Amino acid sequence: MDSGFFNTFFGWLPHVQLAHFLIVSAFLFALGLYGIITRRNAILVLMGVELVLNAANINLIAFSRYGTLKLDGQVAAIFVIILAAAEAAIALAIVLNIYNRFQTINVDDVSSLKE
Amino acid sequence: METFDIIFYIFALITVGSAFLVVFSKNIFYAAFGLLFTFFGVAALYVLLHADFLAVTQVLIYVGGILVLLLFGVMLTNKVISVDMKTGTLNTVPALILTAVVFGSLSGVYYATWSRTPSTAVTAVSTSKAIGEMLMTSYVLPFEVASVILLVALVGAALTARRGKNP
Repeated sequence: MDSGFFNTFFGWLPHVQLAHFLIVSAFLFALGLYGIITRRNAILVLMGVELVLNAANINLIAFSRYGTLKLDGQVAAIFVIILAAAEAAIALAIVLNIYNRFQTINVDDVSSLKE
Repeated sequence: METFDIIFYIFALITVGSAFLVVFSKNIFYAAFGLLFTFFGVAALYVLLHADFLAVTQVLIYVGGILVLLLFGVMLTNKVISVDMKTGTLNTVPALILTAVVFGSLSGVYYATWSRTPSTAVTAVSTSKAIGEMLMTSYVLPFEVASVILLVALVGAALTARRGKNP
């Protein structure tokens, strides 16, 4: 790739360090948190959870590259992915059951524990 | 500015931008497609971090598995006839404040790591063999526990989602 064009316009951007990856992961974590809090649709809440898990994974792998964590970080990330798959399957099953019973998946409307 | 930096900035932009789409889109399908691009962008970041096996795993499990599962959930829980794909939000202001605080403190902590350089050599080697050996030696107990958890979770999910039989 020719970097001359990019140097002209984006030359002020700093070299990529560990902090760059961590800040991308902070963005994903914050956005996922925002989605979990504000969304009403249960499936969109699940999407927020996936964003948070991805943020954690980026951190693990970034530290395995830049820190002294070596491959242990990547193995931990594999376990996070495995648990995310299990979580998604279980949560979708629960959401389907909620839909069958209440005919809605708005997490606000499913409040029968209150009464 | 090197090629590595350019590629990183492009994929970071794709990842964060589509994550914004996931969180702020009114249409649930747009949110799902935003999640697709977020997962691909994260996989590209894994490649930049020399985690090739993790990148392939990310594409296979997240894009091929979890995202399709979420889309199935969307299809099964919305009445497509009545076009009720819009979705509302709540608690916007407190969530915005909390999110800003969390993001600010995380970024502040991360900024302390500014001038770290990679601890390993620049030449990338394939990590699949090493990870496989670690999973079969030092991580064999977590590996087996994870497999049992997956089995139990999938059987439980199939049983829970079955229609009619369970009360």
